[in-house]
Amino acid sequence: YIRLYPKRQRSEAENKDVPLSLSEELQKQVLHNESSVLSSVFPGFHLIPRLSSIVPESCLLITVGLLVGGLIKLAGEKVPPVLDSKLFFLCLLPPIILDAGYFLPIRPFMENLGTILMFAVVGTLWNAFFVGGLLYAVCQMQSAPSDLLNLELLPCLLFGSVVSAVDPVAVLAVFEEIHINELLHILVFGESLLNDAVTVVLYHLFDEYSSVGTVTVVDAVLGVLCFLVVAVGGVLVGAIYGILAAFTSRFTSHTRVIEPLFVFVYSYMAYLSAEMFHLSGIMALIACGAVMRPYVEANISHKSHTTIKYFLKMWSSVSETLIFIFLGVATVDGDHSWNWTFVTVTVILCLVARIIGVVGLTFIINKFRIVKLTTKDQFIIAYGGLRGAIAFSLGYLLDNDRYPMRRMFLTAIITVVFFTVFVQGMTIKPLVELLAVKKKQEAKRSINEEIHTQFLDHLLTGIEDICGHYGHHHWKDKLNRFNKKYIKKCLIAGERSREPQLIAFYHKMEMKQAIELVESGGGVKLPPSVPSTVSMQNIQPKKPPPVERALPQIPKGREDEIRKILRGNLQKTRQRLRSYNRHTLVADPFEDGWSDLLLKKSKMIELEKKMNNYLTVPAAPPDSPTITRARLSSDPQTYQMKQMSDSVPTIQVDLASPQSPDSLSLLDELQRADQRRELRRRPPPDEEEGGLMMRPPQARGGDQGEEGGPSAKEQRLQRCLSDPGPSAEDDEDEPFLS
Amino acid sequence: MGASQTRTEDVFQELSDKTGFSLEQIRILHKRFRQLSGEEDTISKENLEKIQALDKNPIRNQIIEAFFDKRNQNDGEVGSSREIGFQQFVKVMCHFKPPTLKMTTEDKEAMRREKLRFLFNMHDTDNDGTITLDEYRKVVEELLSKSGAIGLEAAKAIADAAMLEVASINVPHMEPHEFYEGITFEHFEQILKGLEMESRMNIRFLDVDTSTMHCGKSQ
Repeated sequence: YIRLYPKRQRSEAENKDVPLSLSEELQKQVLHNESSVLSSVFPGFHLIPRLSSIVPESCLLITVGLLVGGLIKLAGEKVPPVLDSKLFFLCLLPPIILDAGYFLPIRPFMENLGTILMFAVVGTLWNAFFVGGLLYAVCQMQSAPSDLLNLELLPCLLFGSVVSAVDPVAVLAVFEEIHINELLHILVFGESLLNDAVTVVLYHLFDEYSSVGTVTVVDAVLGVLCFLVVAVGGVLVGAIYGILAAFTSRFTSHTRVIEPLFVFVYSYMAYLSAEMFHLSGIMALIACGAVMRPYVEANISHKSHTTIKYFLKMWSSVSETLIFIFLGVATVDGDHSWNWTFVTVTVILCLVARIIGVVGLTFIINKFRIVKLTTKDQFIIAYGGLRGAIAFSLGYLLDNDRYPMRRMFLTAIITVVFFTVFVQGMTIKPLVELLAVKKKQEAKRSINEEIHTQFLDHLLTGIEDICGHYGHHHWKDKLNRFNKKYIKKCLIAGERSREPQLIAFYHKMEMKQAIELVESGGGVKLPPSVPSTVSMQNIQPKKPPPVERALPQIPKGREDEIRKILRGNLQKTRQRLRSYNRHTLVADPFEDGWSDLLLKKSKMIELEKKMNNYLTVPAAPPDSPTITRARLSSDPQTYQMKQMSDSVPTIQVDLASPQSPDSLSLLDELQRADQRRELRRRPPPDEEEGGLMMRPPQARGGDQGEEGGPSAKEQRLQRCLSDPGPSAEDDEDEPFLS
Repeated sequence: MGASQTRTEDVFQELSDKTGFSLEQIRILHKRFRQLSGEEDTISKENLEKIQALDKNPIRNQIIEAFFDKRNQNDGEVGSSREIGFQQFVKVMCHFKPPTLKMTTEDKEAMRREKLRFLFNMHDTDNDGTITLDEYRKVVEELLSKSGAIGLEAAKAIADAAMLEVASINVPHMEPHEFYEGITFEHFEQILKGLEMESRMNIRFLDVDTSTMHCGKSQ
């Protein structure tokens, strides 16, 4: 395929396919290392605050590349061909695309898929033909003898197709800093990803045709067919690998450490397979990442998830940096053939084509969209059409024999890239401010929003059914149900396969809050989020004044005393938990079987309810919101008064987890971890106080089965309390949901 | 025959002017109405319950109830009708119109408020102007009703967490003895601000600007 197996070998000395001599190899290595070092030093740019707010990173990087290239040239050395197309397409590009695909926000992407496809396919086609065609016309109009006259139509069209593709790397680099609203981001970004298929097909086609010389209608039709095969084939290959990866992850519960590896390996294989069959590698990668994500995330451990996330971010950052630097180096190094007419006309045509394309397409698209695109949106979309390294690499791959104009093409491509990245990249931020384009909402997803999103989905599906209209929502609902019924069962291990989305979301939130609680040292300092003093008490529906207050009227002072004692013990316990004992390694509760633990917990709650005669210690005075929230996230039933069937007061400290027969029989690490987690999440009234174990005068109708439990449990508890909590081991900087 | 037809057309025209739907859309809705009602003039709950596709919907009852809820007619009345006519049917459908390009920000705000009001009415079943904890719990339970035992367990916790969140955002400083009665409409608006209802709560074919409405018909 054009990217991996260039069909025609170039015979020039600087041809990278000729094995490099040792010194050249060495130089290449040195340059690579230098660049890697540079790329790690590069974040220093952020230390110059003014600089990074004016100039986007990509510009800075290119400048650095220019400097490096210049230095090397000054030193008299020959600059090794660093932007080796092989290196680029095999090593540098995939991490960025995988990162994009894995974290692609599926919902907005799917909702706007029609628009994105229109821009990607029709828009790119339009751009290619417009630029190529008009360039040819301009060349023909040359009165002067220059080589421009020799430029035929097909090479022009080829050039047009290369230079007209919006580049995902550049778009990512620039758009990440301007924080525009989700819709625009996904439109431009989605377009840059999906137009790969079009670019690939066009490039290949024109390349072939220009050797043949003439194009017939049949060829054109075949071209369209080719496009469909390339695009759909790429997506299919990606999806298959994605499903394979998801399926594999189902069985990795015993080999947690290598889980991230599967994700990376399968994705890369998807990319390579697609490229091998001359399909669109980028689309395969995107499809793979997007398909496998929901299932893989349900299966893998928390730590693997974090690993994947950070590795992807790291690799894509490094790749991006390297790409831009190499672009700079290649600019300095490349032999250029500057032709004023050609270059300026190219730049102008690119801009004009983009604008006309976007405006025209939006006009058509708006007829089918519910939320129309305004003029401001159109402007941003047009302005955000940046070209980048992919265009350059494709140009680099051109055969010099067949395209004597290659150097001129390259110069023009580089100029366009520089223009878009520098001029458009630098000015887009002030323009966004100026035009007051809606920015990305920073608010994190709240449980209310999640509830209502689901509610809306069902509501709209219902209304569509009532109207008898098989719309959008109907099919989405059908897909979801199919997913739930069949696919999830296959691809997700264990109980999680039946977990509804709302509950999954809620558990994630719980965990995040639990992590926050632990990290904030048990509520000593307030978390930065909502500082409110609202607690569950404020919300519980007003019950009739507690007639059946099982605890006999303790004078208020006594109550306060009790509370103080409990609170004091809680803090002491927290400190104890944090003392780190290296010799006692405990299973990380956040790891294996988190979800199983939660389900076990819910089962245990059910069993608890069967135990009669427990009442709550009156809810602790309003603690910091973290504690309240953590308390809340466990079963709030604990805090309600239970109607006593008898008037004999009993006090039982509620030990959430270990009462069920289940837990007693499972004496393993997980169990202990579960207890500890339970303990931490149920502050004052409960069991953490080693000293304050209030054992019940055994209730009647008692649970004989559980009686054997308490002593063994107590011991376990004592042991647990001296174990280091995960906060000691926790070396993550932030909760994994960021 | 001819006279009644022109009369129907007039009625349609009137409805079209009042609600903003095009004549074409009104006609299609009318056809569907007749289909559902079995050629009667009114629809009752049983007619809607017969729709098979709705069976799988977890909030089926709330949706059906919403059609008969007098509050959604914006007449100032409350309570639940037993039957509704075509006008009321269209009125309910109005809530699902998408915004047009020419709308101003105020119009969009008003539309958003209307849609949020519809949702609010769906939750606030006893019509006291607030969504209490019990009502909210019921909402979440219904949402998870198709998920078996796991759902019911978590529903309570989720509803409580959600309520806490609403309270925290809207009334950040409450004393321990104070009591948060329930979610008022203003608070409801506040917490769902981020969702941009006017762009989300739409049925595509009720888009007033397009004339293409030949997506599949069921039943």
